[in-house]
Amino acid sequence: MAPISEKLDQFFTEKMKEYPTKRGFLVPMLLYTQDELGYLSDGAIAHLARKTELTELEVRNVISYYSLLHTKPMGKYHVQVCTNISCMLRGGEEILDHCKSKLGIGHKQTTADGTFSLEEVECIGACSWAPAVQINYDFHENLTNEKIDKVLDQYRSKAKQ
Amino acid sequence: MADLTSHPDEIKVVSKRFGQGAAEIETYLKLDGYKAVQKALTMSSDDIINEVKASNLRGRGGAGFPTGMKWSFVPKDTTKAKYILVNGDESEPGTCKDRPILEHDPHAVIEGVIIAGLAVGAKIGFVYIRGEYRYLVDIMRKAIADAYAKGYLGKNIFGSGKDFDVRWHTGAGAYEVGEESALMESLEGKRGIPRIRPPFPAVVGLWGGPTVINNVETLASVPHIILMGGQKFADFGPPKNGGTRLFCLSGHINKPGVYELPLGYPLKKMIYDVGGGIPDGRKLKAVVPGGSSTFVLTAEEAEQMSMDFDSFGKRGEFLGSGGVVILDDQTCMVKFALRVMKFYQHESCGWCIPCREGTDWLKKTLTRFHNGGGLRKDIDNIKYLAQGILGRSFCPLGDAAAIPTISIVDKWRDEFEMHLEGRPCPFDPAAKITELPVVGAH
Ligand SMILES: Cc1cc2nc3c(=O)[nH]c(=O)nc-3n(C[C@H](O)[C@H](O)[C@H](O)COP(=O)(O)O)c2cc1C
Ligand code: SF4
Ligand code: FES
Repeated sequence: MAPISEKLDQFFTEKMKEYPTKRGFLVPMLLYTQDELGYLSDGAIAHLARKTELTELEVRNVISYYSLLHTKPMGKYHVQVCTNISCMLRGGEEILDHCKSKLGIGHKQTTADGTFSLEEVECIGACSWAPAVQINYDFHENLTNEKIDKVLDQYRSKAKQ
Repeated sequence: MADLTSHPDEIKVVSKRFGQGAAEIETYLKLDGYKAVQKALTMSSDDIINEVKASNLRGRGGAGFPTGMKWSFVPKDTTKAKYILVNGDESEPGTCKDRPILEHDPHAVIEGVIIAGLAVGAKIGFVYIRGEYRYLVDIMRKAIADAYAKGYLGKNIFGSGKDFDVRWHTGAGAYEVGEESALMESLEGKRGIPRIRPPFPAVVGLWGGPTVINNVETLASVPHIILMGGQKFADFGPPKNGGTRLFCLSGHINKPGVYELPLGYPLKKMIYDVGGGIPDGRKLKAVVPGGSSTFVLTAEEAEQMSMDFDSFGKRGEFLGSGGVVILDDQTCMVKFALRVMKFYQHESCGWCIPCREGTDWLKKTLTRFHNGGGLRKDIDNIKYLAQGILGRSFCPLGDAAAIPTISIVDKWRDEFEMHLEGRPCPFDPAAKITELPVVGAH
């Protein structure tokens, strides 16, 4: 059985036809696979290698280049705090410290229950709405400690549902 | 969703459909949508290129290369497939203007791609959007699908007998992939290691075919140029610096936001009128004029500057990406230099030694310095290391790391001296720097 859903696999097969080479759609395929599985498992890597007619090593080489791609499970909600210049000038580091103490984890760590992971990230394109945090793909902007508290609480209750 | 802001000095060309629901194709059509491409279909490829040349449009990705000239480099007599590649990797710190374009006006980007294709004889365009912008990838996917459903893309577009396809693509986290040759590598499914030039992408690009690479905002400007005429667009700005552009105001400013202003707009007015000045009664210390890769300006310099490519070019500096970051007088420039260097060290692809090793040593030295362990000779060492990268790196990322560093050491040497001999940071005695681990190519 394929390690990814049939629907996703078929979507890849279709998209791959738009490229003159088999590996053209590889980077998006890795990201969408990770979205489905939570991380890039050995099985998924082997599957995508077969599909693109690459070696697993070649696929892993690509994975290691891109900062969004992970080969280990992350939290259900991946909290990405920007501390780059525009955010730093408006308290991004304080938001990061606050998240660390609130979640009890550090950079690139995951809570014991697997609900949250935390990462300090580079500019996410929200500079005029700084400080900003991305949780999975959702942007949270113009943050204060109180606002990020509320946001994290919402995710926590969502996780319990 | 990014908040929208407004100011009376704005001239809304690229942003004119923001907030009006133009991501929906029916709304877009009511707002002059897809008229430009129909006009372009009646023009010869030379006419299109000449119109864009007349507009004085220069690349909005950062380098400011004249767009019409870039298009004219694509060989006409080739049997190879040609491509248009939209650079939506937007990752230059301080820059957040392609985001509202893709969010509010994705069809303008599609139109720009088709018109570029008609100009150079390409039949396929790729829209590459950074992986973090998933909601924008989804908006773009829908926009492309809607355009196909209307017959604006695919075979025989608008009954013209011409075919054109647009594909969407996404990255997965990498600043360096915004560099045009690394972007092509990424689109081909590889690590984003840049390519040597020449050959330039206009001659040998994606899969060996001639490729035009343009920023999202550059291409979103093109339909407006075709409709209003190149001269009218050119007239918004000073000579050779056509049109308007989106400036992203951020940092210590009362009204941060993305504002569309004519090129040549005075930076002083941008800060005090458009941006409403510096909060908390503080004073201006420094301005990053166009993303973290540009030379940092002192307050005195900033108050004299006009925001166009040539005003910066004359000084041997760069206007950059439109990301204007404001620093008040309580900002520690050593800490600022360190944060900037951490970014470049993290994003260096590791391919060439000056950038890989230089950014690493600079980060180490600046970290020690900011933590109070700096030696007087380190100040010169920082400059020496940065100058060792400048002009010697395989791609411009190395230069981008060196440029802000050199300007900060030159202009704020006194602040480095204040950190000497174990003295705590004068701006924040409780300073604590969060350490980004060394990952990636290392
Ligand atoms: C390290 C690096 C990162 C870059 N990132 C971007 C980017 O995110 N978006 C962009 O449009 N151009 C970026 N550029 C500039 C591109 O290489 C290229 O010049 C640009 O996309 C050309 O489009 P334009 O002429 O329309 O500006 C970057 C350049 C470098 C060296
Ligand atoms: S300058 Fe930096 S990013 Fe560019 S090729 Fe060299 S190591 Fe890679
Ligand atoms: S610096 Fe934080 S989003 Fe750009």
